[in-house]
Amino acid sequence: MNDLTRQSAATLATAIARKEVSSEEVTQAHLDRISQVDERVHAFLYVDPQESIARAREVDQQIGRGELSSPLAGVPIALKDLLATKGLPTTCGSRILEGWRPPYNATIVEKLHAAGVVSLGKTNMDEFAMGSSTEHSGYGPTHNPWDLQRIPGGSGGGSAAAVASFESPLAIGTDTGGSIRQPAAVTGTVGVKPTYGGVSRYGIVALASSLDQAGPCARDVMDTALLHSVIAGHDPRDSTSINAPVPDFVAAALKADVRGMKIGVIKELQGEGFQAGVLERFNQSLETLTELGAEIVEVSCPNFQYALGAYYLILPSEASSNLAKFDGMRFGIREDDGKNRSVEQVMSATREKGFGAEVKRRIMLGTYALSSGYYDAYYGQAQRIRTLITRDFEAAFLQVDVLVSPTAPTTAFKIGEKLDDPLAMYLNDIATIPVNLAGNCAMSLPIGLASEDGLPVGLQIIAPAMADALLYQVGSALESALVDRWGGLLISEAPSL
Amino acid sequence: MTTLTTEYDAVIAEFDPIIGLETHIELGTNSKMFCACSAQFGGDPNTHVCPVCLGMPGSMPVVNRVAIESTIRMGLALNCSISPWCRFARKNYFYPDMPKNYQISQYDEPLCTDGFLDVTVATQDGPQVFRVEIERVHMEEDTGKLLHAGGAGRIHGATHSLVDYNRAGIPLIEVVTKPILNTGELAPEVAKAYVAELRDLMRALGVSDVRMEEGSLRCDVNVSLSRPGEEWGTRTETKNVNSLRSVERSVRTEMLRQANQLRAGERIIQETRHFNEETGDTTSGRSKEQAEDYRYFPEPDLVPIAPSQTWIQELRGTLPEVPSVRRARLRSEWGITEFDMQSLVNAGALELITASIDAGVQPTAARKWWTGELMRVANEQGCELEDLSVTPLDIAEIEGLISQGDLTDKMARSVFEGLLAGEGSVSEVVSSRGLVVVNDDASLIAAINTALSDSPDVAEKIKGGKIAAAGAIVGSVMKATQGQADAAKVRALLFELLGVKE
Repeated sequence: MNDLTRQSAATLATAIARKEVSSEEVTQAHLDRISQVDERVHAFLYVDPQESIARAREVDQQIGRGELSSPLAGVPIALKDLLATKGLPTTCGSRILEGWRPPYNATIVEKLHAAGVVSLGKTNMDEFAMGSSTEHSGYGPTHNPWDLQRIPGGSGGGSAAAVASFESPLAIGTDTGGSIRQPAAVTGTVGVKPTYGGVSRYGIVALASSLDQAGPCARDVMDTALLHSVIAGHDPRDSTSINAPVPDFVAAALKADVRGMKIGVIKELQGEGFQAGVLERFNQSLETLTELGAEIVEVSCPNFQYALGAYYLILPSEASSNLAKFDGMRFGIREDDGKNRSVEQVMSATREKGFGAEVKRRIMLGTYALSSGYYDAYYGQAQRIRTLITRDFEAAFLQVDVLVSPTAPTTAFKIGEKLDDPLAMYLNDIATIPVNLAGNCAMSLPIGLASEDGLPVGLQIIAPAMADALLYQVGSALESALVDRWGGLLISEAPSL
Repeated sequence: MTTLTTEYDAVIAEFDPIIGLETHIELGTNSKMFCACSAQFGGDPNTHVCPVCLGMPGSMPVVNRVAIESTIRMGLALNCSISPWCRFARKNYFYPDMPKNYQISQYDEPLCTDGFLDVTVATQDGPQVFRVEIERVHMEEDTGKLLHAGGAGRIHGATHSLVDYNRAGIPLIEVVTKPILNTGELAPEVAKAYVAELRDLMRALGVSDVRMEEGSLRCDVNVSLSRPGEEWGTRTETKNVNSLRSVERSVRTEMLRQANQLRAGERIIQETRHFNEETGDTTSGRSKEQAEDYRYFPEPDLVPIAPSQTWIQELRGTLPEVPSVRRARLRSEWGITEFDMQSLVNAGALELITASIDAGVQPTAARKWWTGELMRVANEQGCELEDLSVTPLDIAEIEGLISQGDLTDKMARSVFEGLLAGEGSVSEVVSSRGLVVVNDDASLIAAINTALSDSPDVAEKIKGGKIAAAGAIVGSVMKATQGQADAAKVRALLFELLGVKE
């Protein structure tokens, strides 16, 4: 087999299952790629080659004994660093958790382990998943493989960049307001935010519990479907996880058919604020979908204009509470000068030192929004907006099967460009946030390069809650038409680094 | 004491007290509120812990179904409405005994609301019943325990503190009363009776064994005073009062303190206060004038609780008799007065007596043993009746032997002595102490004959109709048999021998 790092996860898994190549060889090839390019990309915060190789050998033996029949057995993966990994550093991109090694695994990590998927390491992210550029990492930014001067999106920029730079065929991301989809869009990869409750949150360090959802990142739709199948399902340790059978995502991806489907274009998510090259590619994709047999209709979701405002009240509110546990008492760093300080002083000094500016900004926003006398006006009102946005979706899905929009308003911007303008940064997620607020599911897939800057553009497909399979059916239909046109995946156009 | 009483009377003459109680009780579930860790009291520090109750990043709570059931049953027993849909909420504040720096509790959506509990207080004019209205019953998790080291065990002067998270996450039920009005001078007694009744109810429901000495029941006692006709006064909240006696004392102390303050023209500061078990005083805690803002919001890691009507009805079917109703029933069955019943309750004898009766003992005999002989011993030893090494089953066994004529009352006392001295089981004590009723006619007749021949004049008197003289002969037979004969039987045999009719 040619360069192992250029293959899809599905191809690698088949070859490993047929013993044409070993998991160890595949893992080693990716470790080599990491040591070759990650100094420049900085997708990873932690890599332990010995541990990964040891695990790959174990998986090879299990496969040899016929004990593993999972569709991804032996394939390597990169894990966003807010998944608890037993005995391995888990920092959430924050200095405050430096040195913490959780005593337990996230449910996703256990499921991947049971499926014989081999972890390469932990990926960089905006601190506690707060950001859209990975610049807010306490450990330095990740660079976009398409242009190292540019951001890879965020918060899951490390996971997207690891996949886009061929350091890993698969990655796990988490998406609270677009942290899987927007990085996928700006790195020319595929990312899925599953229906809320579709994938266990147990062991994923919470940003905003009612919005967070982990999902798959890969270079094509089929690989995301395979990975989604492995991590999905009810978890008794997460009472918000859905107790229902997992749909067959792989069959849906294989179906790849939009004939007779009604696809809605959200009126409010185009036009002003969207880069011309992004809209151009988006409109071309609509034509492609029409050619494939779908009917495009415009739908209105009038309350989406309030989504960003509601999101930036709900997220900081929940985050301010979720992040209270980081106080230097039980894990991570402790800022104590040994001068017999009070517990309040130690907590305060630890948080002052350990948290970055964006995290502090959001904790303050949330603390204010929840405070007595303001709760109704801010948090309460935001929850009502949330209900209205859910109703907008419900009304839209009475008319159409799925909705589409550009995933992000622009292509990847330059590192440092928006760092001093939080509002401009927040606007990156204008199209992705409504989905988290309503709890349904969405996918971002690459639809071409913007003509003005030659950078990848992503299209977002949105389906109703629990209808994640539709994302794969529509996504793979569009993808195969585009791949036919391009003669390969868009990502193969990326610089070789 | 006399001055105190007078002073108290003066307070009552001038002010009306209003009290309110918030009672936290640890539920007796096997596992904690939100994880599978043991909820047992004690254990080496930080051994009953896991990522969830330690609040490790990424861990998530899952509600304990038994705790919900217990709370609903408690709510039903307190005549509350059960909410068809409610949520947990986060109470946010930083404190190192709380691993997450927020407590999962319930805020504006409690599981049970609007109930009542009738409590009886003994007065000079007989028992008086007060209806205590219940505002809400809700669930929350307990915090860990702080141990302040390097000082006097208090935070002031300590060099460092240690935290034991074994208690963190133990399910707590909080029962909040509405303001209790019109109790007058009985306010302290009503407060105490309410907590006692609540404790008995929890025990009867089997939702908690309520070990107050282990801190599994803790009361926050609210007290305010107002002059008749005036607006309600500012209240203080005395925290963590954890014995029945302290509940009563803290109300009284606080009434006296507030009255002095008000008479001096000072205002009462809304604050929490600490109760000193030794002195009976309360001291100022933190002021609530600038109330701490807990930033409550619905707990997003948990789904709402929505108990179905079917489930609630099912749980209603498992309710035991309410303690006050049960006491009324037993009182009439046993034919005793309210006062006697109250004494049994106060002595902690009620459950032991009913258990003895359930084991087959006659009510009168059961009451006789527990409130007589055994109560005396318990008082001597300064312990509770239930701590004695005599069980209701022992009483049943002893009573069985008595009714079969194998033991006399006097011998039974000896058996109790042996049991209390740890000499073994009833049968072991009986045999080791040689407690056997001399029952065969031949040896009794021989003993009677000996006694008669020792006192021939007495025999003549009896034959002559002086029945009362028989006592002397019976007495010497009992002496000869070392008390192991049945006196009534000896008497009957004596008359038969002498051919005298009683």
